[in-house]
Amino acid sequence: MSLHILRPGLLTTVQDLGRFGYQQHGIIVSGAMDAVALRVANLLVGNEDNTAGLESTLLGPKIRFETNHLIALTGAHFSPTLNGQPVGRDRAIWVAAGAELAFGPAVAGCRAYLAVAGGVAVQLVLGSRSTYLRAGFGGLDGRALRAGDELPIGESSATGAAIRASLFNSQEQWNQARFTPGPDLCPMPRPEPVIRAVPGPEYAQFSAASQRAFWREPFTITPEADRMGYRLQGPKLERPAATELLSSAVTLGTVQVPAGGQPIVLLADHQTTGGYPRLAQVISADFSALAQARPGQQLRFEKLTLDEAQALYLAQEARLRGLQSGIAAVFRV
Amino acid sequence: MSLPVRLYPLGDAAVVLEFGNDISAATHRAIAAFSARLLRQPFAGLREMVPAFTTLTVYYDPWLASGNGQHMPYERVAAQLRELLPVSGEAEAAEETKVVEIPVCYGGAFGPDLAFVAQHTGLSPAAVIALHTAPEYLVHMIGFAPGFPYVGGLDARLATPRRPQPRPLVPAGTVGIAGPQTGIYSLPTPGGWQLIGRTPLALFDAGWEQPSRLRAGQKLRFVAISEAEFAEIQPPQP
Repeated sequence: MSLHILRPGLLTTVQDLGRFGYQQHGIIVSGAMDAVALRVANLLVGNEDNTAGLESTLLGPKIRFETNHLIALTGAHFSPTLNGQPVGRDRAIWVAAGAELAFGPAVAGCRAYLAVAGGVAVQLVLGSRSTYLRAGFGGLDGRALRAGDELPIGESSATGAAIRASLFNSQEQWNQARFTPGPDLCPMPRPEPVIRAVPGPEYAQFSAASQRAFWREPFTITPEADRMGYRLQGPKLERPAATELLSSAVTLGTVQVPAGGQPIVLLADHQTTGGYPRLAQVISADFSALAQARPGQQLRFEKLTLDEAQALYLAQEARLRGLQSGIAAVFRV
Repeated sequence: MSLPVRLYPLGDAAVVLEFGNDISAATHRAIAAFSARLLRQPFAGLREMVPAFTTLTVYYDPWLASGNGQHMPYERVAAQLRELLPVSGEAEAAEETKVVEIPVCYGGAFGPDLAFVAQHTGLSPAAVIALHTAPEYLVHMIGFAPGFPYVGGLDARLATPRRPQPRPLVPAGTVGIAGPQTGIYSLPTPGGWQLIGRTPLALFDAGWEQPSRLRAGQKLRFVAISEAEFAEIQPPQP
Protein backbone atom coordinates (compact mmCIF):
# COMPACT_ATOMS: atom_id res chain seq x y z
CA MET A 1 0.00 0.00 0.00
CA SER A 2 1.93 3.01 -1.16
CA LEU A 3 1.99 6.13 -3.29
CA HIS A 4 4.85 6.72 -5.66
CA ILE A 5 5.80 10.35 -6.26
CA LEU A 6 6.70 10.84 -9.93
CA ARG A 7 6.97 14.65 -9.71
CA PRO A 8 6.73 16.59 -6.47
CA GLY A 9 5.20 19.85 -7.76
CA LEU A 10 6.39 23.11 -6.24
CA LEU A 11 6.06 22.27 -2.55
CA THR A 12 4.26 19.10 -1.51
CA THR A 13 4.39 18.05 2.14
CA VAL A 14 2.71 15.59 4.48
CA GLN A 15 0.37 17.44 6.87
CA ASP A 16 -2.26 16.58 9.43
CA LEU A 17 -4.02 19.12 11.66
CA GLY A 18 -0.82 20.02 13.51
CA ARG A 19 1.38 19.39 16.50
CA PHE A 20 -0.19 20.72 19.67
CA GLY A 21 1.30 20.88 23.14
CA TYR A 22 4.91 21.77 22.31
CA GLN A 23 4.82 25.51 21.63
CA GLN A 24 6.22 26.07 25.13
CA HIS A 25 9.35 24.30 23.82
CA GLY A 26 9.51 26.60 20.80
CA ILE A 27 8.02 23.96 18.49
CA ILE A 28 5.55 25.37 16.00
CA VAL A 29 2.14 23.81 15.37
CA SER A 30 2.49 23.34 11.55
CA GLY A 31 -0.35 21.34 10.03
CA ALA A 32 -2.47 21.92 6.93
CA MET A 33 -2.74 25.59 5.93
CA ASP A 34 -6.35 25.02 4.81
CA ALA A 35 -7.41 22.72 7.61
CA VAL A 36 -11.05 22.61 6.50
CA ALA A 37 -10.03 21.33 3.05
CA LEU A 38 -7.90 18.57 4.59
CA ARG A 39 -10.66 17.63 7.05
CA VAL A 40 -13.28 17.41 4.27
CA ALA A 41 -10.94 15.30 2.10
CA ASN A 42 -10.39 12.92 5.02
CA LEU A 43 -14.09 12.62 5.86
CA LEU A 44 -14.91 11.84 2.21
CA VAL A 45 -12.67 8.73 2.33
CA GLY A 46 -13.81 7.60 5.77
CA ASN A 47 -10.74 8.82 7.69
CA GLU A 48 -10.67 10.66 10.98
CA ASP A 49 -10.39 14.35 10.15
CA ASN A 50 -6.88 14.60 11.68
CA THR A 51 -5.42 11.92 9.36
CA ALA A 52 -2.28 12.90 7.42
CA GLY A 53 -2.63 13.77 3.75
CA LEU A 54 -0.65 15.73 1.16
CA GLU A 55 -0.66 19.50 0.76
CA SER A 56 0.56 20.89 -2.58
CA THR A 57 1.27 24.54 -3.22
CA LEU A 58 0.52 26.29 -6.56
CA LEU A 59 1.81 23.46 -8.75
CA GLY A 60 0.46 19.98 -8.13
CA PRO A 61 2.46 16.74 -8.03
CA LYS A 62 2.24 13.67 -10.26
CA ILE A 63 1.56 10.49 -8.31
CA ARG A 64 1.25 6.80 -9.23
CA PHE A 65 -0.94 4.56 -7.10
CA GLU A 66 0.81 1.23 -6.67
CA THR A 67 -2.37 -0.52 -5.42
CA ASN A 68 -6.12 0.20 -5.46
CA HIS A 69 -6.99 3.20 -3.33
CA LEU A 70 -9.83 5.45 -2.27
CA ILE A 71 -8.84 9.11 -2.51
CA ALA A 72 -10.32 12.62 -2.39
CA LEU A 73 -9.01 15.97 -3.68
CA THR A 74 -10.00 19.28 -2.09
CA GLY A 75 -8.78 22.85 -1.73
CA ALA A 76 -7.28 24.70 -4.68
CA HIS A 77 -8.45 23.95 -8.24
CA PHE A 78 -5.39 22.65 -10.08
CA SER A 79 -7.22 20.80 -12.92
CA PRO A 80 -6.59 17.26 -11.66
CA THR A 81 -6.54 14.31 -14.04
CA LEU A 82 -6.42 10.54 -13.58
CA ASN A 83 -4.71 8.74 -16.46
CA GLY A 84 -5.09 11.94 -18.44
CA GLN A 85 -8.86 12.30 -17.93
CA PRO A 86 -10.26 15.25 -15.92
CA VAL A 87 -11.45 14.03 -12.54
CA GLY A 88 -13.84 15.55 -9.99
CA ARG A 89 -12.90 17.30 -6.79
CA ASP A 90 -14.52 17.33 -3.36
CA ARG A 91 -15.73 13.73 -3.66
CA ALA A 92 -14.51 10.19 -3.07
CA ILE A 93 -12.72 8.51 -5.99
CA TRP A 94 -11.83 4.84 -6.34
CA VAL A 95 -8.56 4.41 -8.27
CA ALA A 96 -7.10 1.16 -9.62
CA ALA A 97 -3.51 0.04 -9.14
CA GLY A 98 -1.22 1.71 -11.66
CA ALA A 99 -3.40 4.81 -12.11
CA GLU A 100 -1.60 8.14 -12.35
CA LEU A 101 -2.86 11.35 -10.78
CA ALA A 102 -1.56 14.59 -12.26
CA PHE A 103 -2.45 18.26 -12.03
CA GLY A 104 -2.75 20.86 -14.74
CA PRO A 105 -3.15 24.63 -14.60
CA ALA A 106 -3.83 26.22 -11.21
CA VAL A 107 -7.27 27.70 -11.86
CA ALA A 108 -8.07 29.03 -8.41
CA GLY A 109 -6.58 28.90 -4.94
CA CYS A 110 -3.11 28.15 -3.66
CA ARG A 111 -3.11 24.80 -1.84
CA ALA A 112 -4.61 21.47 -2.91
CA TYR A 113 -5.12 18.46 -0.63
CA LEU A 114 -5.04 14.77 -1.32
CA ALA A 115 -6.48 12.37 1.25
CA VAL A 116 -6.09 8.62 0.91
CA ALA A 117 -8.25 6.14 2.83
CA GLY A 118 -6.02 4.95 5.67
CA GLY A 119 -3.89 8.07 5.59
CA VAL A 120 -0.22 8.71 4.88
CA ALA A 121 1.40 6.46 7.45
CA VAL A 122 4.72 8.19 8.11
CA GLN A 123 6.09 8.13 11.68
CA LEU A 124 4.37 10.19 14.34
CA VAL A 125 6.76 12.77 15.78
CA LEU A 126 5.57 14.42 19.01
CA GLY A 127 2.03 13.30 18.31
CA SER A 128 1.75 14.54 14.71
CA ARG A 129 2.75 13.58 11.18
CA SER A 130 2.97 17.20 10.00
CA THR A 131 6.19 18.24 8.28
CA TYR A 132 8.18 20.92 10.12
CA LEU A 133 10.54 22.00 7.36
CA ARG A 134 12.81 24.33 9.33
CA ALA A 135 13.59 21.86 12.12
CA GLY A 136 13.61 18.96 9.65
CA PHE A 137 11.26 16.53 11.33
CA GLY A 138 7.78 15.13 10.84
CA GLY A 139 6.33 14.11 7.47
CA LEU A 140 8.77 12.22 5.27
CA ASP A 141 12.23 12.83 6.83
CA GLY A 142 11.20 16.37 7.74
CA ARG A 143 11.31 17.57 4.14
CA ALA A 144 9.21 18.37 1.09
CA LEU A 145 8.52 15.40 -1.19
CA ARG A 146 10.85 14.55 -4.08
CA ALA A 147 10.51 12.46 -7.21
CA GLY A 148 11.02 8.80 -6.34
CA ASP A 149 9.58 9.01 -2.82
CA GLU A 150 7.36 6.16 -1.69
CA LEU A 151 4.71 7.04 0.88
CA PRO A 152 3.28 4.25 3.04
CA ILE A 153 -0.52 4.22 3.40
CA GLY A 154 -2.35 2.93 6.48
CA GLU A 155 -5.36 0.65 6.87
CA SER A 156 -8.66 2.02 5.65
CA SER A 157 -11.46 2.41 8.21
CA ALA A 158 -14.66 0.34 7.92
CA THR A 159 -16.41 3.46 6.61
CA GLY A 160 -13.64 3.92 4.03
CA ALA A 161 -13.99 0.28 2.95
CA ALA A 162 -17.76 0.72 2.56
CA ILE A 163 -17.33 3.88 0.47
CA ARG A 164 -14.74 2.09 -1.64
CA ALA A 165 -17.01 -0.92 -2.16
CA SER A 166 -19.80 1.39 -3.31
CA LEU A 167 -17.49 2.79 -6.02
CA PHE A 168 -15.62 -0.34 -7.06
CA ASN A 169 -15.97 -1.04 -10.76
CA SER A 170 -13.51 -3.52 -12.21
CA GLN A 171 -14.17 -2.29 -15.75
CA GLU A 172 -12.69 1.13 -15.06
CA GLN A 173 -9.41 2.65 -13.96
CA TRP A 174 -11.30 4.92 -11.61
CA ASN A 175 -14.83 5.74 -10.52
CA GLN A 176 -16.02 8.75 -8.58
CA ALA A 177 -18.83 9.33 -6.10
CA ARG A 178 -21.67 11.65 -7.07
CA PHE A 179 -21.93 12.87 -3.49
CA THR A 180 -20.10 16.16 -2.78
CA PRO A 181 -20.40 18.48 0.26
CA GLY A 182 -21.28 21.70 -1.57
CA PRO A 183 -19.98 25.26 -1.48
CA ASP A 184 -20.34 25.87 2.27
CA LEU A 185 -17.52 23.43 2.97
CA CYS A 186 -15.84 23.40 -0.44
CA PRO A 187 -15.95 27.01 -1.68
CA MET A 188 -14.31 28.13 -4.91
CA PRO A 189 -11.28 30.20 -3.80
CA ARG A 190 -11.82 33.83 -4.77
CA PRO A 191 -9.27 35.96 -6.59
CA GLU A 192 -9.74 38.97 -4.25
CA PRO A 193 -10.93 37.51 -0.96
CA VAL A 194 -12.42 39.51 1.88
CA ILE A 195 -10.78 38.22 5.05
CA ARG A 196 -12.67 38.88 8.26
CA ALA A 197 -10.75 39.83 11.38
CA VAL A 198 -11.20 41.19 14.89
CA PRO A 199 -9.08 44.00 16.37
CA GLY A 200 -5.90 42.70 18.00
CA PRO A 201 -4.48 43.46 21.47
CA GLU A 202 -2.51 46.53 20.26
CA TYR A 203 -5.22 47.84 17.86
CA ALA A 204 -5.85 50.96 19.94
CA GLN A 205 -2.19 51.99 19.66
CA PHE A 206 -2.50 52.58 15.90
CA SER A 207 -3.54 55.97 14.56
CA ALA A 208 -7.22 56.42 13.70
CA ALA A 209 -6.25 56.93 10.04
CA SER A 210 -4.30 53.66 10.04
CA GLN A 211 -7.17 51.78 11.65
CA ARG A 212 -9.55 53.07 8.97
CA ALA A 213 -7.10 52.30 6.17
CA PHE A 214 -6.66 48.74 7.40
CA TRP A 215 -10.37 47.98 7.02
CA ARG A 216 -10.89 50.03 3.88
CA GLU A 217 -7.88 49.66 1.57
CA PRO A 218 -6.76 46.60 -0.38
CA PHE A 219 -3.47 44.86 0.49
CA THR A 220 -1.32 42.90 -1.94
CA ILE A 221 0.30 39.61 -0.91
CA THR A 222 3.99 40.05 -1.73
CA PRO A 223 6.24 37.26 -3.07
CA GLU A 224 7.53 36.85 0.51
CA ALA A 225 4.70 34.47 1.29
CA ASP A 226 5.22 30.99 2.63
CA ARG A 227 3.79 28.59 5.20
CA MET A 228 5.08 30.85 7.98
CA GLY A 229 3.23 33.98 6.89
CA TYR A 230 2.31 36.50 4.23
CA ARG A 231 3.93 39.91 4.00
CA LEU A 232 1.35 42.38 2.76
CA GLN A 233 1.81 45.64 0.92
CA GLY A 234 -0.66 48.48 1.24
CA PRO A 235 -1.17 51.75 3.07
CA LYS A 236 1.47 52.45 5.71
CA LEU A 237 0.08 51.61 9.16
CA GLU A 238 1.35 53.91 11.89
CA ARG A 239 1.62 53.42 15.61
CA PRO A 240 2.52 56.87 16.98
CA ALA A 241 4.02 55.80 20.32
CA ALA A 242 6.29 53.14 18.94
CA THR A 243 7.27 51.59 22.27
CA GLU A 244 9.00 48.22 22.23
CA LEU A 245 6.81 45.32 23.38
CA LEU A 246 7.88 42.28 25.35
CA SER A 247 7.84 39.10 23.31
CA SER A 248 4.71 37.07 23.89
CA ALA A 249 2.90 34.20 22.19
CA VAL A 250 1.45 34.76 18.73
CA THR A 251 -1.03 32.58 16.89
CA LEU A 252 -2.44 31.56 13.52
CA GLY A 253 -3.98 34.59 11.83
CA THR A 254 -2.22 37.21 13.95
CA VAL A 255 -1.64 40.40 11.92
CA GLN A 256 1.65 41.91 13.12
CA VAL A 257 2.88 45.32 12.04
CA PRO A 258 6.65 45.92 12.26
CA ALA A 259 7.96 49.49 12.41
CA GLY A 260 7.97 49.75 8.60
CA GLY A 261 4.17 49.84 8.69
CA GLN A 262 3.51 46.90 6.35
CA PRO A 263 1.58 44.05 7.97
CA ILE A 264 2.50 40.37 8.21
CA VAL A 265 -0.21 37.72 8.63
CA LEU A 266 0.99 34.62 10.47
CA LEU A 267 0.09 31.19 9.09
CA ALA A 268 0.49 27.51 10.01
CA ASP A 269 4.30 27.52 10.43
CA HIS A 270 4.33 30.75 12.47
CA GLN A 271 6.95 31.19 15.17
CA THR A 272 5.69 30.55 18.70
CA THR A 273 6.43 34.02 20.09
CA GLY A 274 6.84 37.51 18.72
CA GLY A 275 7.23 41.10 19.79
CA TYR A 276 5.60 43.16 17.03
CA PRO A 277 2.31 44.95 17.75
CA ARG A 278 -0.75 42.89 16.91
CA LEU A 279 -3.13 45.07 14.94
CA ALA A 280 -5.72 42.42 14.15
CA GLN A 281 -6.50 38.76 14.28
CA VAL A 282 -8.05 36.87 11.35
CA ILE A 283 -11.07 34.84 12.45
CA SER A 284 -10.72 31.05 12.50
CA ALA A 285 -13.62 30.61 10.05
CA ASP A 286 -11.58 32.49 7.40
CA PHE A 287 -8.25 30.66 7.75
CA SER A 288 -9.12 28.59 4.68
CA ALA A 289 -9.78 31.63 2.50
CA LEU A 290 -6.52 33.16 3.75
CA ALA A 291 -4.55 29.98 3.02
CA GLN A 292 -5.97 29.85 -0.52
CA ALA A 293 -4.87 33.42 -1.33
CA ARG A 294 -1.83 33.55 -3.60
CA PRO A 295 1.22 35.80 -3.76
CA GLY A 296 0.40 38.71 -6.06
CA GLN A 297 -3.30 38.68 -5.19
CA GLN A 298 -5.09 41.44 -3.36
CA LEU A 299 -7.15 40.96 -0.25
CA ARG A 300 -9.25 43.16 1.99
CA PHE A 301 -10.01 42.94 5.67
CA GLU A 302 -13.49 43.27 7.16
CA LYS A 303 -13.98 44.09 10.83
CA LEU A 304 -16.07 41.78 12.99
CA THR A 305 -16.73 41.53 16.71
CA LEU A 306 -15.43 38.58 18.68
CA ASP A 307 -18.99 37.28 19.10
CA GLU A 308 -19.55 37.34 15.34
CA ALA A 309 -16.25 35.51 14.83
CA GLN A 310 -17.17 32.88 17.39
CA ALA A 311 -20.63 32.32 15.89
CA LEU A 312 -19.11 31.85 12.39
CA TYR A 313 -16.58 29.37 13.74
CA LEU A 314 -19.22 27.34 15.57
CA ALA A 315 -21.45 27.28 12.44
CA GLN A 316 -18.53 26.05 10.30
CA GLU A 317 -17.62 23.40 12.85
CA ALA A 318 -21.24 22.23 13.05
CA ARG A 319 -21.29 21.79 9.24
CA LEU A 320 -18.08 19.73 9.35
CA ARG A 321 -19.46 17.55 12.10
CA GLY A 322 -22.71 17.22 10.17
CA LEU A 323 -20.78 15.98 7.13
CA GLN A 324 -18.95 13.44 9.28
CA SER A 325 -22.11 12.05 10.87
CA GLY A 326 -23.94 12.10 7.51
CA ILE A 327 -21.25 9.99 5.85
CA ALA A 328 -21.15 7.63 8.81
CA ALA A 329 -24.95 7.20 8.63
CA VAL A 330 -25.00 6.45 4.89
CA PHE A 331 -22.07 4.05 4.94
CA ARG A 332 -22.69 2.37 8.26
CA VAL A 333 -21.28 -1.14 7.97
CA MET B 1 1.25 39.06 47.41
CA SER B 2 -0.82 38.48 44.31
CA LEU B 3 -0.29 40.24 41.01
CA PRO B 4 -3.13 41.92 39.12
CA VAL B 5 -3.98 39.82 36.08
CA ARG B 6 -5.58 41.15 32.90
CA LEU B 7 -7.30 38.78 30.46
CA TYR B 8 -7.79 39.49 26.79
CA PRO B 9 -8.59 37.39 23.72
CA LEU B 10 -5.99 36.62 21.06
CA GLY B 11 -8.46 35.82 18.31
CA ASP B 12 -11.23 33.27 18.78
CA ALA B 13 -9.08 30.34 19.93
CA ALA B 14 -6.65 31.79 22.49
CA VAL B 15 -6.69 33.97 25.58
CA VAL B 16 -3.80 35.92 27.08
CA LEU B 17 -3.34 36.36 30.82
CA GLU B 18 -1.09 39.32 31.48
CA PHE B 19 0.61 39.36 34.86
CA GLY B 20 1.66 43.01 35.16
CA ASN B 21 4.43 44.29 32.91
CA ASP B 22 7.69 43.67 34.79
CA ILE B 23 10.28 41.12 33.78
CA SER B 24 10.96 39.73 37.23
CA ALA B 25 11.37 36.49 39.10
CA ALA B 26 8.11 37.18 41.00
CA THR B 27 6.14 37.57 37.76
CA HIS B 28 7.75 34.45 36.45
CA ARG B 29 6.81 32.50 39.59
CA ALA B 30 3.20 33.70 39.40
CA ILE B 31 2.94 32.52 35.78
CA ALA B 32 4.48 29.15 36.67
CA ALA B 33 2.12 28.78 39.64
CA PHE B 34 -0.91 29.56 37.50
CA SER B 35 0.19 27.12 34.73
CA ALA B 36 0.62 24.38 37.32
CA ARG B 37 -2.82 25.10 38.74
CA LEU B 38 -4.40 25.06 35.26
CA LEU B 39 -2.68 21.75 34.42
CA ARG B 40 -4.20 20.23 37.55
CA GLN B 41 -7.66 21.65 36.77
CA PRO B 42 -7.89 21.87 32.96
CA PHE B 43 -11.10 23.12 31.35
CA ALA B 44 -12.79 21.29 28.45
CA GLY B 45 -11.00 22.16 25.21
CA LEU B 46 -7.68 23.30 26.73
CA ARG B 47 -5.03 22.73 24.05
CA GLU B 48 -1.78 24.13 25.40
CA MET B 49 -0.20 27.15 27.08
CA VAL B 50 2.81 29.27 26.26
CA PRO B 51 4.51 31.24 29.02
CA ALA B 52 6.42 34.42 28.17
CA PHE B 53 8.06 37.18 30.24
CA THR B 54 4.80 38.60 31.63
CA THR B 55 2.09 36.61 29.90
CA LEU B 56 0.61 33.16 29.71
CA THR B 57 -1.22 32.44 26.46
CA VAL B 58 -3.80 29.69 26.72
CA TYR B 59 -4.90 27.99 23.48
CA TYR B 60 -8.22 26.18 23.29
CA ASP B 61 -10.41 24.27 20.87
CA PRO B 62 -13.41 26.60 20.53
CA TRP B 63 -15.86 23.82 19.75
CA LEU B 64 -15.05 21.78 22.84
CA ALA B 65 -14.76 24.94 24.96
CA SER B 66 -18.23 26.00 23.80
CA GLY B 67 -19.81 22.79 25.11
CA ASN B 68 -20.31 21.51 21.52
CA GLY B 69 -21.76 24.76 20.22
CA GLN B 70 -23.93 25.61 23.23
CA HIS B 71 -22.08 28.70 24.52
CA MET B 72 -19.70 31.41 23.33
CA PRO B 73 -16.30 29.83 23.93
CA TYR B 74 -14.25 32.89 24.94
CA GLU B 75 -16.59 33.98 27.71
CA ARG B 76 -16.74 30.44 29.05
CA VAL B 77 -12.95 29.97 28.97
CA ALA B 78 -12.31 33.37 30.54
CA ALA B 79 -14.78 32.62 33.35
CA GLN B 80 -13.10 29.29 34.04
CA LEU B 81 -9.65 30.90 34.09
CA ARG B 82 -10.83 33.66 36.45
CA GLU B 83 -12.01 31.00 38.87
CA LEU B 84 -8.40 29.86 39.18
CA LEU B 85 -7.25 33.39 40.08
CA PRO B 86 -5.82 35.05 42.11
CA VAL B 87 -2.48 33.41 42.22
CA SER B 88 0.55 34.30 44.28
CA GLY B 89 4.02 33.49 43.14
CA GLU B 90 5.21 32.48 46.56
CA ALA B 91 4.60 28.98 47.76
CA GLU B 92 2.69 27.34 45.01
CA ALA B 93 5.05 27.26 42.04
CA ALA B 94 6.60 23.88 41.46
CA GLU B 95 9.90 25.68 41.05
CA GLU B 96 13.04 23.93 39.90
CA THR B 97 15.63 24.45 42.59
CA LYS B 98 18.40 22.57 40.88
CA VAL B 99 20.63 24.78 38.75
CA VAL B 100 21.34 23.26 35.33
CA GLU B 101 25.00 23.55 34.40
CA ILE B 102 25.77 24.35 30.77
CA PRO B 103 29.41 23.65 29.85
CA VAL B 104 30.74 26.23 27.37
CA CYS B 105 34.02 26.40 25.50
CA TYR B 106 34.59 30.15 25.12
CA GLY B 107 36.41 31.95 22.33
CA GLY B 108 38.34 30.56 19.38
CA ALA B 109 36.33 29.05 16.55
CA PHE B 110 33.44 28.40 18.97
CA GLY B 111 33.19 32.06 20.05
CA PRO B 112 34.38 34.23 17.15
CA ASP B 113 32.96 37.43 18.71
CA LEU B 114 34.55 37.06 22.17
CA ALA B 115 37.25 39.56 21.19
CA PHE B 116 34.66 42.04 19.91
CA VAL B 117 32.63 41.79 23.12
CA ALA B 118 35.82 42.34 25.12
CA GLN B 119 36.72 45.37 23.02
CA HIS B 120 33.21 46.83 23.19
CA THR B 121 32.92 46.40 26.96
CA GLY B 122 36.52 47.43 27.71
CA LEU B 123 37.18 44.14 29.47
CA SER B 124 39.72 41.42 28.86
CA PRO B 125 38.40 38.21 27.23
CA ALA B 126 39.10 36.42 30.53
CA ALA B 127 37.00 39.01 32.40
CA VAL B 128 34.13 38.55 29.91
CA ILE B 129 34.19 34.81 30.57
CA ALA B 130 34.37 35.38 34.34
CA LEU B 131 31.35 37.72 34.27
CA HIS B 132 29.39 35.41 31.96
CA THR B 133 29.94 32.34 34.14
CA ALA B 134 29.25 34.14 37.45
CA PRO B 135 25.47 34.60 37.65
CA GLU B 136 22.64 32.19 38.10
CA TYR B 137 20.38 32.79 35.09
CA LEU B 138 16.63 32.28 34.81
CA VAL B 139 15.02 30.78 31.71
CA HIS B 140 11.99 33.02 31.14
CA MET B 141 10.67 31.41 27.99
CA ILE B 142 11.52 29.11 25.09
CA GLY B 143 10.91 30.64 21.67
CA PHE B 144 12.42 31.72 18.34
CA ALA B 145 13.44 28.13 17.52
CA PRO B 146 12.76 24.76 19.17
CA GLY B 147 14.58 24.66 22.50
CA PHE B 148 15.98 28.22 22.30
CA PRO B 149 15.99 29.75 25.81
CA TYR B 150 15.38 33.46 26.49
CA VAL B 151 17.64 33.85 29.52
CA GLY B 152 17.54 36.70 32.04
CA GLY B 153 20.32 37.71 34.41
CA LEU B 154 23.21 38.81 32.18
CA ASP B 155 25.65 41.15 33.93
CA ALA B 156 24.86 44.62 32.54
CA ARG B 157 28.56 45.22 31.90
CA LEU B 158 28.45 42.56 29.15
CA ALA B 159 25.65 44.15 27.12
CA THR B 160 26.79 44.38 23.49
CA PRO B 161 24.70 45.29 20.43
CA ARG B 162 23.82 42.71 17.82
CA ARG B 163 25.95 42.41 14.69
CA PRO B 164 24.94 44.82 11.91
CA GLN B 165 24.41 41.86 9.57
CA PRO B 166 23.26 38.49 10.88
CA ARG B 167 25.45 35.49 10.03
CA PRO B 168 23.74 33.15 7.57
CA LEU B 169 24.35 30.12 9.78
CA VAL B 170 25.10 29.88 13.49
CA PRO B 171 25.92 26.35 14.67
CA ALA B 172 23.68 24.68 17.25
CA GLY B 173 24.95 25.12 20.81
CA THR B 174 26.46 28.55 20.19
CA VAL B 175 26.16 30.94 23.13
CA GLY B 176 25.49 34.55 22.20
CA ILE B 177 24.91 38.02 23.59
CA ALA B 178 22.40 40.52 22.18
CA GLY B 179 22.00 43.78 24.07
CA PRO B 180 21.20 42.92 27.69
CA GLN B 181 20.32 39.28 27.01
CA THR B 182 22.15 36.04 26.49
CA GLY B 183 20.97 32.78 25.00
CA ILE B 184 21.92 29.55 23.28
CA TYR B 185 21.18 28.72 19.66
CA SER B 186 19.36 25.39 19.82
CA LEU B 187 19.42 24.58 16.10
CA PRO B 188 21.60 25.75 13.21
CA THR B 189 19.88 29.00 12.12
CA PRO B 190 20.80 32.42 10.83
CA GLY B 191 21.59 34.76 13.72
CA GLY B 192 22.83 38.23 14.58
CA TRP B 193 23.95 37.76 18.19
CA GLN B 194 27.57 38.19 19.26
CA LEU B 195 28.93 34.65 19.53
CA ILE B 196 31.19 34.04 22.53
CA GLY B 197 31.30 30.26 22.93
CA ARG B 198 29.61 26.95 22.33
CA THR B 199 28.19 24.16 24.45
CA PRO B 200 28.61 20.52 23.36
CA LEU B 201 25.19 19.72 24.85
CA ALA B 202 22.24 19.27 22.52
CA LEU B 203 19.39 21.59 23.54
CA PHE B 204 16.72 20.02 21.41
CA ASP B 205 15.89 16.56 20.11
CA ALA B 206 12.46 15.70 18.71
CA GLY B 207 13.07 12.12 19.87
CA TRP B 208 13.28 13.06 23.56
CA GLU B 209 10.20 12.73 25.70
CA GLN B 210 10.72 16.37 26.68
CA PRO B 211 12.18 17.58 23.37
CA SER B 212 13.68 20.72 24.87
CA ARG B 213 16.52 20.34 27.39
CA LEU B 214 15.53 23.59 29.13
CA ARG B 215 12.14 24.80 30.27
CA ALA B 216 10.82 28.15 31.38
CA GLY B 217 11.46 28.48 35.10
CA GLN B 218 14.71 26.58 35.20
CA LYS B 219 17.87 28.18 36.50
CA LEU B 220 21.14 27.70 34.74
CA ARG B 221 24.80 28.56 35.07
CA PHE B 222 27.46 28.58 32.38
CA VAL B 223 30.63 26.67 33.22
CA ALA B 224 33.81 27.29 31.20
CA ILE B 225 35.42 24.19 29.71
CA SER B 226 38.48 23.60 27.53
CA GLU B 227 38.46 22.44 23.92
CA ALA B 228 39.62 19.00 25.11
CA GLU B 229 36.68 18.78 27.52
CA PHE B 230 34.36 19.95 24.75
CA ALA B 231 35.59 17.13 22.51
CA GLU B 232 35.03 14.63 25.31
CA ILE B 233 31.41 15.67 25.91
CA GLN B 234 30.70 16.09 22.21
CA PRO B 235 28.50 13.21 21.13
CA PRO B 236 29.85 11.27 18.13
CA GLN B 237 28.74 12.89 14.87
CA PRO B 238 26.51 10.77 12.67
